[in-house]
Amino acid sequence: MSQAATASSATISHSARRGGNLGDLIFEWACRGSGLLVLVLLGAIIIELFIAGLPAFRAFGIDFIWSTDWDPVQEVFGAGVSIYGTIVTAVLAIFLAVPLAFGVAFYLTELAPTWLRGPVGTAIELLAAVPSIIYGMWGFFVIAPAFAAHIQPWIIDNAGELPLIGFLFQGAPFGTGIFTASFILAIMILPFIAATMRDVFQQVPPVYKESAYGLGATTWEVMRGVVLPYTRISVVGGIMLGLGRALGETMAVTFVIGNANRISTSLFGPGNTIASLVALEFGESETGSLKLASLLALGFILFVLSFIVLATSRYLLRSRLKA
Amino acid sequence: MNRRSILLGAGAVLTLPLAARAEDANITGAGASFPNPVYQKWAEAARPAIGVHLNYQSVGSGAGINQIKNRTVDFGATDAPLNADQLTEAKLLQFPTVMGSVVPIINVPGIANEQLKLTGEVLAEIFMGKITRWNDAKIVALNAGVSLPSLAIAPVYRADGSGTTFVFTSYLSAVSADWRGGPGAATSVRWPVGNGARGNEGVAGGVRNTRGGIGYVENAYASRNNLVTTQLKNKDGNFVKPTMENFLAAASNADWSVPGFAANIIDQAGATSWPIVSPTFILLPTDPQDAARSANVRKFFDWAYKNGDALARELEYIPLPEATKTAIRAAWTRQYGA
Repeated sequence: MSQAATASSATISHSARRGGNLGDLIFEWACRGSGLLVLVLLGAIIIELFIAGLPAFRAFGIDFIWSTDWDPVQEVFGAGVSIYGTIVTAVLAIFLAVPLAFGVAFYLTELAPTWLRGPVGTAIELLAAVPSIIYGMWGFFVIAPAFAAHIQPWIIDNAGELPLIGFLFQGAPFGTGIFTASFILAIMILPFIAATMRDVFQQVPPVYKESAYGLGATTWEVMRGVVLPYTRISVVGGIMLGLGRALGETMAVTFVIGNANRISTSLFGPGNTIASLVALEFGESETGSLKLASLLALGFILFVLSFIVLATSRYLLRSRLKA
Repeated sequence: MNRRSILLGAGAVLTLPLAARAEDANITGAGASFPNPVYQKWAEAARPAIGVHLNYQSVGSGAGINQIKNRTVDFGATDAPLNADQLTEAKLLQFPTVMGSVVPIINVPGIANEQLKLTGEVLAEIFMGKITRWNDAKIVALNAGVSLPSLAIAPVYRADGSGTTFVFTSYLSAVSADWRGGPGAATSVRWPVGNGARGNEGVAGGVRNTRGGIGYVENAYASRNNLVTTQLKNKDGNFVKPTMENFLAAASNADWSVPGFAANIIDQAGATSWPIVSPTFILLPTDPQDAARSANVRKFFDWAYKNGDALARELEYIPLPEATKTAIRAAWTRQYGA
């Protein structure tokens, strides 16, 4: 009887193990498949964009990348203006957002009273949950008129005549333009950067900070000498996350950038970004037309641009790690 | 076992909506966004009346032409007509449904609605950046007795490819040789100056936000939002206001007996004709894959020609003249039989 019990339990455990093996096998392949699927998808998208955009590269050659022509009537297309607009707005947004995000994270982790940290932190995170179309409408109906009526005329009058940098602030106060788009983008990427910074600042082992305080360091000295060096990599990671989002943002930018295919030297001048140009022109592009090929080529360029940003950030991080 | 039940479940989900609508004849269309409001209204009213259920997607004229060329929908819709060669090549029949008009809107302090007088040439020079201030001699000359401020002109245009832009730039090309040889006419062009905004509401908002702004929108949008419009000089040399009577005058003077009914009503002759009026078109395959669905499309638009004028006028569209509707029905009979 005990033998039988042992035998049956052995069979059960054996069959369970076999079932387990099969389950393991299925699970393993499902996981592997999911992992590979991402790679395959990514590759397929890049290849598809490149092939679809090939007619544009064939027609205009490498000049397509810096040509500033965009004339749907004459069928002459160039990516120069939108690449310029994409990079300028994203970089300007980072310049505006990073100091603000650092201030938010510094305040929340070191200065704010404990009862306030929760609500303010949650409010910052909620900014990330606001759909981009809302930012676009807010930018167009509230921010742009306010800029046009109050802020831009003052800056144009006072800074437009300055030597060397005056040209950055000239032109008519439309309210929309490169600067307004960067401003909206900065607010949109603020929560990503601030939340990352706050999280990593909190992960600094308290014993490090306490040691520094014990040596008589001020709060700022602790931040600069202990917290920032300890978290540098993650902080740059958070900034890159924001930059990535800024490069591809479409709806909000479309509302406020002024959508002109011209490069203007003034920050208040209108411009265009790759994502916004593609969104605007896609509906009126016929299959097989050079315009559609050019738009897909633009998509390919945006893809490559994002890739370069991430690769550069990796490279920068590597050199910092060595130092 | 599990997989089979999942498949069965998916099948059931897929068939459910079809089964629920079995009593209606479904037709699908895609294209121009400009006539979308009236097509939706017609679809709503036609369903109980004739049992044809139209699913219209307002994806833009270009995308509509793509979809009908690929035959993924029963009909396409476009604001810019295809020419006879394009129609033959793609095996399509083209006919108009309604007309719409485009009006300039301005934001100049002290100027009332329908007060400012402009000509097509002046409009073209403004959008080319040749006239840059509201008190330019050319504008002042047209508006004796109106005090115009020394204010910079801020042109605002549609940044998204649109039928409205096609109609407006067609007008500028018709009246200005410089515009014809420069930016030209298309659903999006290379604008020499100004700011782009998205959609009618974007252009209206841009003009409202900017002192000295000028833009162009569909008439329906301007009149429903009480925007400040201008008078325009028409081909007969009269200054006309953007009113329904003047739109109808332009439409009734049009010559529809051209291939594909591609009547050019831009800058139409006639004492009271508003110069920026244009029809919008339907594209129907001449070799339908499913003759019944094609017949239902014609049934739908036949119903709309008979009963849809009031709805169209309510939405500020301009109905087709009766003679044109008769000609379209004749074209259907020629192509598809009685």
